[in-house]
Amino acid sequence: MKIGVLMKQVPDTETKIRIKDDASGIVVDGIKWVMNPYDEYAVEEALRIKEKKAGSTVTIISMGPKRSVETIRTGLAMGADSGILIDDPALEGADCYATAKALAKVMEPENFDLILCGKQAIDDDSAQVPQMVAEFLGMPQAMVIDKLVVSDDGKKATCYRRIEGGAKEVLEVDLPAIVAAEKGLNEPRYASLPGIMKAKSKPFKEINLGALGLKAEEVGAKGAKLKVKKYFLPAEKAPGKIIPGEPEDAARALVKMLREEAKVV
Amino acid sequence: MANEVWIYAEHKDGKLKKSALELLSGARSIANDLGAQLVAITLGSGLETMVKELGGYGADKVIIADNDALKSYLAVSYAQVIANLAKQYQPVILLGPASAQGKDLFPRVAAKLGTGLASDCIKIQLDGQKLLSPVRPMYAGKALVEANIPEAKPQMATVRPNVLAVAPKQEGKQAQIEKVSVEAPKDLKTVLKEIVKGAKETVDLTEATIIISGGRAMKAADNYKILWDLAEAFGSGTTVGASRAAVDSGFAPIDMQVGQTGKVVNPTLYIACGISGAIQHLAGMRTSKFIVAVNKDADAPIFQKADYGIVGDLFKVVPILTEEVKKLKAQE
Ligand SMILES: Cc1cc2nc3c(=O)[nH]c(=O)nc-3n(C[C@H](O)[C@H](O)[C@H](O)COP(=O)(O)OP(=O)(O)OC[C@H]3O[C@@H](n4cnc5c(N)ncnc54)[C@H](O)[C@@H]3O)c2cc1C
Ligand SMILES: Nc1ncnc2c1ncn2[C@@H]1O[C@H](COP(=O)(O)O)[C@@H](O)[C@H]1O
Repeated sequence: MKIGVLMKQVPDTETKIRIKDDASGIVVDGIKWVMNPYDEYAVEEALRIKEKKAGSTVTIISMGPKRSVETIRTGLAMGADSGILIDDPALEGADCYATAKALAKVMEPENFDLILCGKQAIDDDSAQVPQMVAEFLGMPQAMVIDKLVVSDDGKKATCYRRIEGGAKEVLEVDLPAIVAAEKGLNEPRYASLPGIMKAKSKPFKEINLGALGLKAEEVGAKGAKLKVKKYFLPAEKAPGKIIPGEPEDAARALVKMLREEAKVV
Repeated sequence: MANEVWIYAEHKDGKLKKSALELLSGARSIANDLGAQLVAITLGSGLETMVKELGGYGADKVIIADNDALKSYLAVSYAQVIANLAKQYQPVILLGPASAQGKDLFPRVAAKLGTGLASDCIKIQLDGQKLLSPVRPMYAGKALVEANIPEAKPQMATVRPNVLAVAPKQEGKQAQIEKVSVEAPKDLKTVLKEIVKGAKETVDLTEATIIISGGRAMKAADNYKILWDLAEAFGSGTTVGASRAAVDSGFAPIDMQVGQTGKVVNPTLYIACGISGAIQHLAGMRTSKFIVAVNKDADAPIFQKADYGIVGDLFKVVPILTEEVKKLKAQE
């Protein structure tokens, strides 16, 4: 099987977010960049399918600035076969629509049998790109899945999609399809030392705007349909009250406060 | 272009979801400012009775896309139908819930229509140019952005459940009901095999009004019973959540996890029991309207984010809370 994995480089979850003075974005100095956690599940799942199905290949595709190379290498060190980075100054400021357009354009000629991705990028928290890519490529989608079974003939996949209240939808999709990973799909492996050594010589391709074959108006900030007007920080909460006294008394006082002050009971 | 503002009315098991009423309530003033009709759209079959009450919550019109083939939800089929209707009627705004279904569906609709989508918004409003200008969290709520869709139509957004208050129902107000028969969508390449119910049938975390969460301090799965007891005392709309440490330790199933890699919740009341308040946990619950923390460590970071805190052993405090809530409810 030919498997593509969509992977985005994002700030580490511990990052303290600061906003630029002109409110046009966040300050990126000093940020530690990591693989989007949900994309780790996607890479891992791709590798597990590859290990089961002889002759399979895994390609990681990422759109982002140069530094994303590092994270693609991490995926290659985990065991993926090749990487593609879509990188051009013109791509900056893309929304999910423009991002999905570019990713779909790059993946179209690859004819993947299966595209794995994360359910959400933890920087923009949009949860949109996979569905949009699916639409642009005319593929079925299964989002937020925590179990995936590819049929022996490689023609179908059964996807367990987590919905509300602990319930799950069991979807059977025809391949090629796009499938988005939720936590719990698997336990991602770490890159081994030999893996890291091998990654250095694996095929890696960079695609700029010219090679992408889209017009400058279709990508980046110009191609974005959703335009960000300003970034700002949420209002800081005033420090709360510690209710004094023995636990018994405090609990009684709390219920009274919830009723009278907070009016939530 | 029709001067219409649309909301997508989600339903489940023959009942409208609360999000439909929230969206109507939140979009009413936007429609008024635009001098537009407020329209609820819904997909399925046999929905006439169910949609009757939408008029009372502000809908001028309800469009029912009726077809047996739409009985169960699939992103591919629903996206086709909604996009076709939107092309036909050309609403200026299309809003949906940021629920499991809305999150799955709306990006696909936006891609079909060639428009933008602001997802999981916590505020919807018009700006000076009368464009929809919603606010949405990014970086797990550590930053917010205000954005708009200046060129494409419809302007689309999904709104986080529990953010918009439901306006009181206006008795006697009726919406015009327009039933459109739509063709069964084709070329789906997807089959819904079954829906497997969860172990415990409760309100979903993302839609709950009260959540009691237990962390690593719960020590064992069985101990969650004291949290469920408190949940029961509060009554319907209440459910139980967990931290990742509790989930990873096997005390709670993963669908109960609140946080950056769990669910983002937005209840009126969030009670964190034996949860330290790690940044990834806060990411999932910081927008809760009231936060209560019970923790035996007075220096636990969770107290910085809590409205009320009790320093003490949760195994002592929670049962007393349950008794007190029961007493209060018994007086009603
Ligand atoms: C990429 C990434 C993603 C993550 N995603 C999430 C996520 O989605 N959700 C999440 O929750 N975490 C997440 N985490 C983990 C997070 O960093 C914390 O490790 C986790 O939230 C800690 O859980 P806890 O508060 O239950 O445990 P602890 O930090 O161990 O805290 C336990 C608390 O219980 C108190 N306590 C002990 N006994 C009692 C008692 N008897 N009564 C009262 N209080 C008591 C202690 O004082 C302590 O404060 C993530 C981490 C990473 C790196
Ligand atoms: N710039 C990007 N490059 C590669 N994959 C991406 C990119 N943006 C989003 N994705 C994929 O889409 C998923 C959801 O992202 P989002 O819709 O931005 O929340 C991510 O987990 C990735 O798998």
